[in-house]
Amino acid sequence: MTTPLEVSNPHHIDSPQQRKWQDYFTFNTDHKVIGIQYLVTSFVFYFVGGFFAELMRTELATPASDFISPEFYNQALTLHGTIMIFLWIVPAGAGFANYLIPLMVGAEDMAFPRLNAIAFWLTPPGGVLLLSSLLVGAPQAGWTSYPPLSLLSGKWGQELWIMSLLIVGTSSILGAINFITTMLKMRAPGMDIHKMPLFCWSMLAASALILLSTPALAAALILLSFDLIAGTSFFNPTGGGDPIVYQHLFWFYSHPAVYIMILPFFGAISDVIPVHARKPIFGYRAIAYSSLAISFLGLIVWAHHMYTSGTPGWLRLFFMATTMLIAVPTGIKIFSWCATMWGGKISLNSAMLFAIGFVSSFVIGGITGVMLASVPLDIHVHDTYFVVGHFHYVLFGGSVLGLFAGFYHWFPKMTGKMFNETLGRMHFILTFIGLNLTFMPMHELGLLGMNRRIALYDPQFQPLNQLSTWGAYLLAISSLPLVIGVFWSIFKGEIAGDNPWNSLTLEWQTSSPPPILNFDTTPVVVKGPYEYGHNHSSVEDVKLIDAPQSL
Amino acid sequence: MPIAASDEAEVIDGIFDVMMTIGTGLFLLVQGILLYCMVRFRRRKGDTTDGPPIEGNVPLEILWTAIPAVVVFILAIYSFEVYNTMGGLDPHAAHDVGLHAHHSAPMDQKNMLALDLSSKDLAYGLGVPSESEDQVDLKVKVNAMQYAWIFNYPQGGIVTGELHVPVGKTVELEMEANDVIHAFWLPEFRIKQDVIPGRVTELVFTPNKVGQYPIVCAELCGAYHGGMKTVLYVQSPEDYQQWLKDNTVEKSESTETQKVANASPETEFLLPHVKSLGLLPELEQLHLEH
Repeated sequence: MTTPLEVSNPHHIDSPQQRKWQDYFTFNTDHKVIGIQYLVTSFVFYFVGGFFAELMRTELATPASDFISPEFYNQALTLHGTIMIFLWIVPAGAGFANYLIPLMVGAEDMAFPRLNAIAFWLTPPGGVLLLSSLLVGAPQAGWTSYPPLSLLSGKWGQELWIMSLLIVGTSSILGAINFITTMLKMRAPGMDIHKMPLFCWSMLAASALILLSTPALAAALILLSFDLIAGTSFFNPTGGGDPIVYQHLFWFYSHPAVYIMILPFFGAISDVIPVHARKPIFGYRAIAYSSLAISFLGLIVWAHHMYTSGTPGWLRLFFMATTMLIAVPTGIKIFSWCATMWGGKISLNSAMLFAIGFVSSFVIGGITGVMLASVPLDIHVHDTYFVVGHFHYVLFGGSVLGLFAGFYHWFPKMTGKMFNETLGRMHFILTFIGLNLTFMPMHELGLLGMNRRIALYDPQFQPLNQLSTWGAYLLAISSLPLVIGVFWSIFKGEIAGDNPWNSLTLEWQTSSPPPILNFDTTPVVVKGPYEYGHNHSSVEDVKLIDAPQSL
Repeated sequence: MPIAASDEAEVIDGIFDVMMTIGTGLFLLVQGILLYCMVRFRRRKGDTTDGPPIEGNVPLEILWTAIPAVVVFILAIYSFEVYNTMGGLDPHAAHDVGLHAHHSAPMDQKNMLALDLSSKDLAYGLGVPSESEDQVDLKVKVNAMQYAWIFNYPQGGIVTGELHVPVGKTVELEMEANDVIHAFWLPEFRIKQDVIPGRVTELVFTPNKVGQYPIVCAELCGAYHGGMKTVLYVQSPEDYQQWLKDNTVEKSESTETQKVANASPETEFLLPHVKSLGLLPELEQLHLEH
């Protein structure tokens, strides 16, 4: 197939068309290199965080504390939570956003390439700093690190945790500035904001949340650090401080963080489903605006984590109302995805299977989320395994499955090779069974009275815990086909070609992997990103013309 | 759910059942659609055409915006009602407790200042059915510490590691933590309240079934958080009176031995803490004198 893109452009002949492998280990300002750097780093931390999860599940296979010491159990749960949130899902989202946003909007790179590289290079030191806390006694106060407990259990481990989060948080703010500017200012000619792919819309919403809420976390962490190191009493009640203020500041960031972690993958799913169902997305504007609605509402629900804390009754009810309201825009998305599939021609490849698995699991997390929003029920199940089950359905069943859907969808674009479908599907089946086996029994455990964050529990909870532990082992095994598949596909995979899925979004209209400046010619967009159903090939839909003079 | 041992617990189980029913319906609907699509709309081999170019349907979209909005609205009203009957919204009662906090909290001078300010606010907690302002039958002070609960009965001067209450009576707990944040959870009563150092929180409940129920700490409080458990004995009035009598007698002799007598095997590791606890009333006296 001859397309205008394959005509090489004289402007670019002097620069190499592809990156060398060494580039990925340097301070490179190419958004594609940075995207891959983010993704590879975050996958490394996924396995590290998963290792701590397996340690915890092994401990919980028996009621007694007999595998690791209770102190180390608390260190493992703190590191597991912190790593999975700040070093796996958030940077993986940033990785996709880095790789895809300039390609999707038809730009050569991000608005601030150097800032972008700085943002990435803050991440590995942040992670190393966090893990180095194991040498001095890792933090034991959970990823929430509520004072006064966080002030009393191991000073230097806690301080390293604080430093690490400050660094990673800074990285996240720098990334968000870049994403917003690139999407608002660098769209290709013809790309009206309503022709932006939905992944961009969701990153717009997520980036706004990052900018508005991360400073509150930074403030909480810096004050906590003063309490810890300088002996001040911002949060320490023995000096007249108030530990509840920390909880407010912490959740002012950390509830939006949930949306920061899920919105990018809402966007990824909205891009994956139409391509593999061969139908336009159902209700483009509804999905785009519901991301913004979630982003706004996400800022005013934080105290639903504090129903049983030092909060007055009226405040609990206010936050119940706003929290329940989030179900509406989220419901719009779920129904829109279902309607997109309805009547389509669904190709059940790895990307689509993960996307369907995402909708299926996320809806469970959404339902339990509304249940938890209800103050009277939450007072019973708060801080129990019901909550642990709920947020793993959101973060694993939601974010991680969405992440894998995006991973399988854009793997051919990033590497130029097709992913091995057999291994990809095997990965999906093992992951999907493993996740339900691990996290479903947790709901029941919580309702029955098992509290979270404990290394020892009552013997009557053992059967359900063992089920959950088996599920966790299955999840560990599910990584094997993924890892084997990545290496097999990169070295022996079928050549992907520019657009193996016949997708209409811009990133597929250039070569795979894209040349250094993304497009040899400046793309001009004449149609929307999801106009499937007219049975013509993508090249006719998106006209790409060489128009350097006009810019 | 474990058995419900109070009237409030049954109301909460009611709202749980309603939400579970709605949730199951929605769950089956979405999973059904997904499975149907995977089977019915699977791409057949050799078919390279697209699906129909349907880009949306405004009435349908309004419908699936409106129905969830109405459902969550109803759930919010329902939850509000339930929470209100549990006594979660009673500023008057809560205000009284706020004043209480001022007098009873054993704090050093600096903290008294902080409490002075906060005493104008509310003491946070749950309970106090609004119709029964002065109907609290039994007040117990609760001290939480790593990793034990200490219950202090003002009437008999009893200090114990397990909570004994008579069935059918309204119990008010005034709770404070000595070190870190803990949470007082009674799974069979479906109630939970954080216990926070430097301020008083409260819980009010009325048990309706005689029995033994676990008291669990639900807020991560350190390495042995999982072991921070004790027992609530809901006793018949006669048994309770008997227990009260037995323990009040011992009190006059020596507080030390009385605590030893009360400590159950599980709470024996508390003994080192008992001394510091014994000092608390004296500290309080000191502050009142200043």
